[in-house]
Amino acid sequence: MRGTAKLWDAASPALGLEPSDPMEDRAHISPDKFFADRFNVTPSLMERLIGSNLVGRVDDADIYLEYRVNEELVLEENVVKKASRHVSQGAGVRALSETRTGYAHTDDISIGNLEEAARQARAIADRASTSGTLAVAGRGRAHDLYTLSEPPLVTALDRKLTLLRKLDTAARAADPRVSQVIASLSSEEVVMLIATASGWTIGDVRPLTRLNVTVIAEENGKREIGSWGGGGRVPFDYFLEEQRWERFAAEAARQAILKLRAIDAPAGSMTVVLGPGWPGILLHEAIGHGLEGDFNRKGVSAFAGRLGQKVASELVTVVDDGTMPNRRGSLNVDDEGTPTGRTVLIENGVLTGYMQDRLNSRLMKMAATGNGRRESYAHPPMPRMTNTFMLAGQDEPGDILRSVERGLYAVAFGGGQVDITSGKFVFSASEAYLIENGKVTAPVKGATLIGNGPDALTRVSRVGHDLKLDEGVGTCGKEGQSVPVGVGLPTIRIDGMTVGGTQV
Amino acid sequence: MSAQGDRSGLLVDVLKRAQARGATAADGFLIEEQHFTASVRLGQVDTVKHSRDQRLSLRVFAGRASAAASTSDLSRESLERVVDEATALARVTAEDPHAGLPDPGELIGAVPDLQLEDTTGNEPAPEAKIELARQAEAAALGSDRRIANSEGAEYWDRRARYAYATSQGFARGYATSAFGLSVSPVASENGEMQRDYWYTAARHRAQLEAPDSIGRTAARRALRRLGARKVKTIEVPVIFDPDTAATLVRAVAGAVSGPSLYRRASFLLDRLGKRIAAPAVTIVDDGLMPRALGSRPFDGEGLATRRTVVVGEGVLESYLLDSYSARKLGLRSTHHASRDGSGVGVSTTNLMLQPGPASPEELIRSVTNGFYVTELIGFGINGVTGDFSKGAAGLWIENGQLTYPVAEVTVAGNLLEMLNAIEGIANDLVLRDRTVSPTVLIGRMVVAGD
Repeated sequence: MRGTAKLWDAASPALGLEPSDPMEDRAHISPDKFFADRFNVTPSLMERLIGSNLVGRVDDADIYLEYRVNEELVLEENVVKKASRHVSQGAGVRALSETRTGYAHTDDISIGNLEEAARQARAIADRASTSGTLAVAGRGRAHDLYTLSEPPLVTALDRKLTLLRKLDTAARAADPRVSQVIASLSSEEVVMLIATASGWTIGDVRPLTRLNVTVIAEENGKREIGSWGGGGRVPFDYFLEEQRWERFAAEAARQAILKLRAIDAPAGSMTVVLGPGWPGILLHEAIGHGLEGDFNRKGVSAFAGRLGQKVASELVTVVDDGTMPNRRGSLNVDDEGTPTGRTVLIENGVLTGYMQDRLNSRLMKMAATGNGRRESYAHPPMPRMTNTFMLAGQDEPGDILRSVERGLYAVAFGGGQVDITSGKFVFSASEAYLIENGKVTAPVKGATLIGNGPDALTRVSRVGHDLKLDEGVGTCGKEGQSVPVGVGLPTIRIDGMTVGGTQV
Repeated sequence: MSAQGDRSGLLVDVLKRAQARGATAADGFLIEEQHFTASVRLGQVDTVKHSRDQRLSLRVFAGRASAAASTSDLSRESLERVVDEATALARVTAEDPHAGLPDPGELIGAVPDLQLEDTTGNEPAPEAKIELARQAEAAALGSDRRIANSEGAEYWDRRARYAYATSQGFARGYATSAFGLSVSPVASENGEMQRDYWYTAARHRAQLEAPDSIGRTAARRALRRLGARKVKTIEVPVIFDPDTAATLVRAVAGAVSGPSLYRRASFLLDRLGKRIAAPAVTIVDDGLMPRALGSRPFDGEGLATRRTVVVGEGVLESYLLDSYSARKLGLRSTHHASRDGSGVGVSTTNLMLQPGPASPEELIRSVTNGFYVTELIGFGINGVTGDFSKGAAGLWIENGQLTYPVAEVTVAGNLLEMLNAIEGIANDLVLRDRTVSPTVLIGRMVVAGD
């Protein structure tokens, strides 16, 4: 549906996977060389193609090449159920004039196909009377946020399978009520190369991995589900460090067992305390999408025209930062070749910035912020979040809980969704408790929380000093395109939010 | 495009290679697609997209162990690599007594012509397609002065060719087309903005509803949301309009699909043959309806599509199974295998809650104080327990009449209780999507607001 956007925990019960690509030394791939060797497409050839087909006829243009390998391993009932490997490759050519975008892509990367794609893209954006001025891409230095000595994709299969088996054993050992365990590991690598009309060519090699455990617990005919996971642009060994995998298994089992005795969630407006980390999904839904450039240029965001206005309590400062090393939402350059940055969206409660891609920054006469992202070569870029979080405050988390007489304490969430135009957003708690007289008491069943974006953050009355980023699980969907993102939050108190339980 | 084309030959070659590399059996699915999408905003072209995609998905067996691989690169070198990798991978996965291809005797014989492809020819020029989007948006913008902005209108079309083959020599294919048009107008008044949406989609171009009617409906839906307010938290009867009621039907399908069941992750576990809903509830999955969006002649394992009564007069009559989940559960496949890059799963075809006798107006008139839901947002369904809690928008019902718009509330309950509390099903079923429902009245649910 247009006009809404979603974020969810990427724990897809994975299906399929397989062995490492025999490709050269992947740790030090040069994207230029990769596409030249494999497809005979070089940066100078891409620039020539743009020059002869697009320059002088459109306002901006680019050619994006992508090669993606994804491996998925799934263990169920302590045996490998799915092992799969997926390869996708292609090129997208974009031509922009004023507000018009022409886009064509092909999954057969060759000069002939690129020229055909350029002709198709140009057809719609062509203006014979163009001034010939081309947008200047935001040059700058690409970051170096995730060069890995051993990318997750190349790690030996037997090491991965051994870890999945250990996860299964650990989750079962956690409690006799655990009846099913699904452990999955996905590993991906994307090699991209982009050439823009201003003669700027840049590439990136992006590793990404994700480990997840889902547990079903049963007791007296009742069943519940618990899930935990994490990852990022990190090597496989990340999961072995700091006892991460043990923690993932223990948390998934604990959550499922806890929910077996959860009582009905309350219904109605009440004080809500959000725990640190993944509950930052609140920011993603309540304000994040509403501050993306496209919705504001079109005047269809609940935040349109509100730069400089107070939209949150003065305790609230929110940033979007694509430059954090090894994070799931980070990028050295965005999918338009602009280096990512740190954009302050809300400073002490005042709206200070939007997230921009090249098209919308040009039309709004603002700077591109490195937020132009796309799901793959098959999609034109648009403004998207990277890692979005609230800065830490002063309060002791325990004091925040003690300050609440009656309310809900939510620490884990499934997913959320927002209607960007009306500002109404929801996010669904998967682990929550009642707060009674300042104490965390009974666990309650999952419930959806609903609020109004421009209003929700004005109700933030306490902000903890315990900022945490999520474990690396988020996938954001907008207009049919999914991209990996991060969120983060310290413990916060919100005075008055509607909790969608069943206990009236 | 021909129904089978030249590509099933390529598929057969790939499967032969897999056997030569040591696979004991293999099957493959090849999808080739062409898309066109054009969006218009405020009368101006916004984005035009052309694309051509292909993907070959392969499943190989080494005895009872299996692995999957897929690629969009159909060059010989790439296909050879994919086969080798998948075959090698199958050797590291564990033996699974339930893994394997369907029995060859069960595979489809002749492929029925379900008229899934528009073969009338005369492909309109891109400008004519863009004009449809322009007309739809103009109808929305022109219908009321409060519709002054828009997120745009979109026209899309898609042609696809599917081929399926097994290493036992089976090879069949079919072709489809699909067309769609949607509009997202924004209504505003007194500083409030509300967006809504309407669409049409069909297998044949001539089946598309008129752009004017789509635009006017979208505008009406956005306008009726203006002035929305929260309500006090209350337990009341809730009516789901056809679009939102389809969410409930989808949730039932998810809970009776094979993978949810063998993982014991379903609130409908062990309910086969038992009552799970009010007697008025009959849910049918029919993949053989000519020209319908969800139809397909055979499933992702080459088994002939059929009509399945999932729920008959409130009783759970059938699960939705592929070969693997069926063997695992000691049952037979219901021919609902789906195929995507990552392997074989389960999907529905045309899934419908069957209509009842009342008109939607009669259902509304039967409610003294209640909530008519027109939009559900968020995740909020726990498939293991059936717990349901979603963000909602709609209209409040007072004394049998729709009154003021409502937003920023949730509706919550438990799906099993909700299915049993269905007190009315209207006669307004229209097969405008893959999963559809008439208007549904549920006796009591909790609406949370202030």
